[in-house]
Amino acid sequence: MKIRRLSRLLPVAPAILLLLVFLLAPVAWSFYASFTDAALTGKAAREPQWVGAENYVRMVTDDAFPTAVWLTVVFVAASAVLGQNLLGLLIALLMTRSRKSVSDWVGTAVVAAWVLPEIVAAFAAYAYFNRDGTLNQLLAVLGTHGLDWLYSFPLVAIILANTWRGTAFSMLVYRAALANVPRDVSEAALMDGARGWQRLAFITLPLIRNSIATNLMLITLQTLAVFTLIWVMTAGGPANASTTLPVLAYQEAFKFGDIGYGTAVASVLILLGMVFGAVYVWLLRERRA
Amino acid sequence: MKIVAAFAVAAVLAGVTSCSSTPDAGRNTTLKIVYQKTDAFTALDTVMQDAKKEFEAANSGVTVDLQPIQANDDDYGTKLALAQRSPDTAPDVFYEDTFKVRSDVDAGYLLKLDSYLGKWDDWANFSDAAKAAGRTDDGAIYAVPLGTDTRAIWYNKSVLQKAGIALPWQPKSWDDILVMARKVKAADPTVIPFTMYAGKGTGEGTVMQSFYELLYGTGSTLYDEDQRKWVVGSQGFTDSLAFLKTLYDEKLAVSPAEALDANVWKKVFGEWFPQGKLGATVEGSYAPSFWKKGGAYEWAGYEQDMAVAAFPTQKGQEPGSVSMSGGWTLAVGAGTKSPELSFQFLATALNKKNALAYDINNSQIAVRADVAADPGYLAANPFVKDVSGLVDVTHYRPATADYPRISTAVQVATESVITGRQSPQEAAADYDATVRKLVGEDKVLQR
Repeated sequence: MKIRRLSRLLPVAPAILLLLVFLLAPVAWSFYASFTDAALTGKAAREPQWVGAENYVRMVTDDAFPTAVWLTVVFVAASAVLGQNLLGLLIALLMTRSRKSVSDWVGTAVVAAWVLPEIVAAFAAYAYFNRDGTLNQLLAVLGTHGLDWLYSFPLVAIILANTWRGTAFSMLVYRAALANVPRDVSEAALMDGARGWQRLAFITLPLIRNSIATNLMLITLQTLAVFTLIWVMTAGGPANASTTLPVLAYQEAFKFGDIGYGTAVASVLILLGMVFGAVYVWLLRERRA
Repeated sequence: MKIVAAFAVAAVLAGVTSCSSTPDAGRNTTLKIVYQKTDAFTALDTVMQDAKKEFEAANSGVTVDLQPIQANDDDYGTKLALAQRSPDTAPDVFYEDTFKVRSDVDAGYLLKLDSYLGKWDDWANFSDAAKAAGRTDDGAIYAVPLGTDTRAIWYNKSVLQKAGIALPWQPKSWDDILVMARKVKAADPTVIPFTMYAGKGTGEGTVMQSFYELLYGTGSTLYDEDQRKWVVGSQGFTDSLAFLKTLYDEKLAVSPAEALDANVWKKVFGEWFPQGKLGATVEGSYAPSFWKKGGAYEWAGYEQDMAVAAFPTQKGQEPGSVSMSGGWTLAVGAGTKSPELSFQFLATALNKKNALAYDINNSQIAVRADVAADPGYLAANPFVKDVSGLVDVTHYRPATADYPRISTAVQVATESVITGRQSPQEAAADYDATVRKLVGEDKVLQR
């Protein structure tokens, strides 16, 4: 009996093993390294020393770190929670009322940005916001002079780019959720004299509450980890104005060779992700009457 | 059960394959060579291809596995260091920046070469300065330089001429530079009169081809070699930042946004100089390697249009001009299984023929006496004599393990000043605080 139960695990064993080796092991190593002075070069590369919480203490006193946390929170809130989420919901709602041809075109256009590999999307966004880029050329046609967006408004540029790139996911999730909202409930509300916004706020949104929470969790965790897009567009600059936590961790570990401090920053990022995750899981739990 | 068996088999197989790479006296040995190659830097790749042919012909059974890394200097260093962390991925012979030699020796990445160099006849041809490039504090040598470089002002003669500046132009002080730049701007406001790198975008370029020329020309220094301490609070540091501020505030240099673009140097070489849109800048002696035939930014007119001037000291104080030198070396991995063969390959890549080809193609300053005396080397471009002369007034970066972080702190200070975020005094004070935090109070020298 016991053997039979174990044999059921057999098909998933390779996947579990791969996850342990390639996901959990690096995370555990990274967490361990954050308590050492591991480095890419110098004496510490040969024999890393245990330094206790030194890297974490340094984080608190380092000006760059609190800035990076703040930028990360703003980036996630603006591009994922507000941008991708609300825009995705809005497009999905509009698509349910529009003609099929229109909704097909819009859907294709939105999904196109999502289909692109991250590096291609990043270069496209760079080419768009660049000083001689598409945006400024369009503005020139209109007779106004554009700014150097990546230099003057780096955070706004990466927020817009990430919103553009990720909205499709939210849109798809919400389209599927809205399709499952029973029409009769909506119609009953209509008969009772509920206005459009009332139906949305009191009927539709509560019914798709689970989809909203799941979507928020997924896009938040995804956006927390965005690196390529920022690295290609601004490389964290100018003067750290777009250095989010992943960029800071990379710079510390690989540009300055300070793997200990870099992994400490990465560990905080993991922690931040867990906090967000826990909040959404808490929101997701079924309310008991 | 089956899975366990499968893993056991896999483990055995893995063991067998790793055993097969143990040394066996020159027969069927593979040497892994790692070096840098970019669209603008192919000279070393050419030399390595030639050395591979030569070496494989002379040593049958040995395969030379060339693994060029396509990356800029910073990323190349990171990739190399990551490869060196594990014996399975560490290269046998690799291309190493001189300023990283010491910290990489500390990390145990480099093989001590003294016993091999003693048996190598060509070693006598290397200049003393070149021999010192790969030497550490214990006196042992770990790396052999390919060439060296100096830095100077490169200026476009026709741009200066149009502004009515007498040629050849040789500034005697920082003020002379400003006088020239203001005249050029007055004559044609669309031209960038005199730019110097600043900010983190251009990385080491910001310090090597800009800030250190200023700092070392004030009589100050970054690092006191005798006391082995970092200098903070020097007037020279603030003055140097103030000079950059003047250049950027008066719009004599590129815009701050352009300066912070990591690719600005490509525009300097590829667009602004050839199109006559830039008066002058500080760049390395290797500049002609970009413009010559086969270079990344071929420009037939560079020999007529361009000229070199030494970078002056602040107020013309002795020795009158200043330059910075760096350069790259070849080194052997400490964990190599075939140290003798690896050194032989290094010696092949650096023999007279290959060193000459490299120094000519990459516009390097020769470090071998026999290459320096070769007519082909002297005729490589019209500027060889000018830039080689600067070896007398040149400085080297402090090659300590702390250096990369200090360098970044300097880059941050320049960025804060040219973007107007901080005054030179504030940026210098921030730099001092950063240095104290990085190296500790006992390794700091207050001026």
